[in-house]
Amino acid sequence: MQDEIPPVNQIRSSAMRPIFEPGKRYWLAVIILASIVTWGIVAWLVQVHRGLGSAGYNNHAFWAIYIADVVTFIGVSYGGAVVSAILRLTGATWRAPLTRIAETTAVVTVIIGALFILPHLGRPERILELIYRPNLSSPIFWDFVAVSTYAFASIVFFYLPMIPDLSIGRRYLEHHGRGRLENVYRKLSWNWQGNSQQRRILNGSIGLIAIMIIPIAVSVHSVLSWAFSLTSRPWWHESIWAPYFVVAALYSGIALVILIVALFRKIYNLDSFIVERHFIRLGYIMVPFGAAYLYLTVADFLPGSYVGEDGVASVFSAVLVGRYALWFWIFVVAGCILPTLIMALKPTRRIGTIIFGAALVDGSLWLKRMVMVVGPANYGRVSGTFGSYHFTWISVSVTLAGIAAIPLLLLLVFRVVPILSINEMEEIQFENNKTQLHTSNNGPLPAYLHDINRSLKEDLDDTRVPEPVLGNTNFVKSTKEQAYKQSLTRDRSLLKHQIQVEEI
Amino acid sequence: MVEGQMHKGGRISRRSFMGGVGLIGASALATTSAIEIFGNTASAESQSSLPLHQWAMVFDLRNCDGCKACTMACQQRHSLAAEQTWIKVYTMQSAAGQTYHMARPCMMCENPPCMYVCPVGATFRTNEGIVLVDQSACIGCRTCMAACPYEARYFNWSTPPAAARIPGMKQSPEWPVPQIKDTVGKCVWCADRLPHGELPACVAGCPMGVIYIGDLSNDLAINSAGNVVKLSSFLRDNDAYRFQESYGTNPRVWYIPGHGQDLNNDSASA
Repeated sequence: MQDEIPPVNQIRSSAMRPIFEPGKRYWLAVIILASIVTWGIVAWLVQVHRGLGSAGYNNHAFWAIYIADVVTFIGVSYGGAVVSAILRLTGATWRAPLTRIAETTAVVTVIIGALFILPHLGRPERILELIYRPNLSSPIFWDFVAVSTYAFASIVFFYLPMIPDLSIGRRYLEHHGRGRLENVYRKLSWNWQGNSQQRRILNGSIGLIAIMIIPIAVSVHSVLSWAFSLTSRPWWHESIWAPYFVVAALYSGIALVILIVALFRKIYNLDSFIVERHFIRLGYIMVPFGAAYLYLTVADFLPGSYVGEDGVASVFSAVLVGRYALWFWIFVVAGCILPTLIMALKPTRRIGTIIFGAALVDGSLWLKRMVMVVGPANYGRVSGTFGSYHFTWISVSVTLAGIAAIPLLLLLVFRVVPILSINEMEEIQFENNKTQLHTSNNGPLPAYLHDINRSLKEDLDDTRVPEPVLGNTNFVKSTKEQAYKQSLTRDRSLLKHQIQVEEI
Repeated sequence: MVEGQMHKGGRISRRSFMGGVGLIGASALATTSAIEIFGNTASAESQSSLPLHQWAMVFDLRNCDGCKACTMACQQRHSLAAEQTWIKVYTMQSAAGQTYHMARPCMMCENPPCMYVCPVGATFRTNEGIVLVDQSACIGCRTCMAACPYEARYFNWSTPPAAARIPGMKQSPEWPVPQIKDTVGKCVWCADRLPHGELPACVAGCPMGVIYIGDLSNDLAINSAGNVVKLSSFLRDNDAYRFQESYGTNPRVWYIPGHGQDLNNDSASA
């Protein structure tokens, strides 16, 4: 099955559009989101001044909302990484319009998740002690190492596939007179010319990092779970928690990719690239993880409830039928059952309902993590009684700021980075044309297709733009413009070729 | 209430007890009982470097009426807020349905989970077996609170009450007064008093003589009434147990059961 991708020129202009003319929706979104984030930062500063108690914490709820936020934000990061990595490794060509958005989401959310350690700490100004006086036996220190490693890996995974795009984008920037950004693009694209040796090296590196990021992410979410399960607290001290966290991360992460893709499709009119089929396929990837999560939940609760050990039984009954039961069952229904039904039934397998399902998943998984964190923390092991945690305006504001920061940072990143993976989409388009031809003729590749290939590569070659002549800026501008127009004409002729090819 | 009926030791004044500790110490170092106790944690320590004292506490629950004088003495001495019950008196239910009172200080585990999980090593254990918190290093992550099976750690969620300055006393892990906002605190067994041969505030403040502060190295313990007992036989003869020993923490606090609670406490048999 061939995936239709709009022609070359449209890919490039759509991918670069947010950089040049983001439009009214962009500014509106940035202003709203930036105010929410600013409000959250103010709330955090008030919290630092007043003490952690102002966020609702007490000795019977020593861990609560912020650590649930950390787990949630770092968790959703895995979705972006895995959608991109696994789809790359399995050669799923439909991924192409989604990879850049997914990879950027992974970077942005892991950074926000790591930053959420700050409101969690009573003494955020001492955080550097983790570097200069670490205790190697502490799971929190392992967290620090694992999250840093994963954040670095996700940045590399975001950057490598972008190198050809930076080279392509440079010409656009040049034309629009964005000299400074063009310089950055020039440096970061490492003299990319798209020759076969460069492609071989780049594809090899992307393949390697795509493989590596999977175990790295598994380690992050496992180590996060060990911050809980390496204590002797009932329900935290469960061997299932590491895989449980990994599956939750995948599940909520893919849901977030759906939400982010939907958002940017709306803001930047990417409807011609991202179609219903993408949402359905992402939904198909998401749903098995939801089923796995439900299964692990049963596996988590059954042994403890059946045996009825002292502390475990108290916590489990509080979760299943007691004080946390409402929240827990909302999670089961809204977080696991409804999204599965949405994907299982044909009438609800539509963009709108899939987005709704994804929102349910992320919302209720946050709720689940609150129950997982607060329940065992509330339980006093000497007295066998429960304390309680209450939200305050500070903790709610800071959490909302974290949520708003995700789209805000993405919007800002796409102001300087092409929102679509131009090179990847074009390559896949070219491959499609080639196979189409092959299957119809069973003959060798026609010469003119090689020409298309060559002209695609030549697009990347900046030597075709004349070097600026000192003192005659007009001339420079006109020749540059000329070169740019020429390249557009070539794109159009290329498009004609492609139409012909498709007709064959 | 018959006090000290089963105690094997005679009456010795506090001063002579603490003075005598030094003399007895040298010979006690060689005793097997002391080495057995170190075996769990200090396997790397050679016998010759064994410290003079290994502090321990015993709660004779037969005499505890749950008056909370220990808690108040502690809070007063350390200028603590009301919710900071570094030594907390719990009302427990025995298997037979009776209630009894049990005070819980820091258990000073030989195998302290709170120390292992601290990401910056702000919790440490002295060579005399006292687990302390360096509040000037604590980053306030509260993982130690999650790890402590005895709920013995308390966080300063807001600015702690002001403390009267005592000349010559500087805020330190042994003397964590005043507490520092947004860091964790806990019972320190009045580690500033122990070297001077003084009783911790809770021990001194207990009107019933329930709490004994002891030294495993010298095999002695003393309470507020001045009762001095031979620690090992005192524990053995009275079926002493350690609370929730199944966590593998090797606490340095023993409880002597009484008032009819379950003598076959599973933690006692471990």
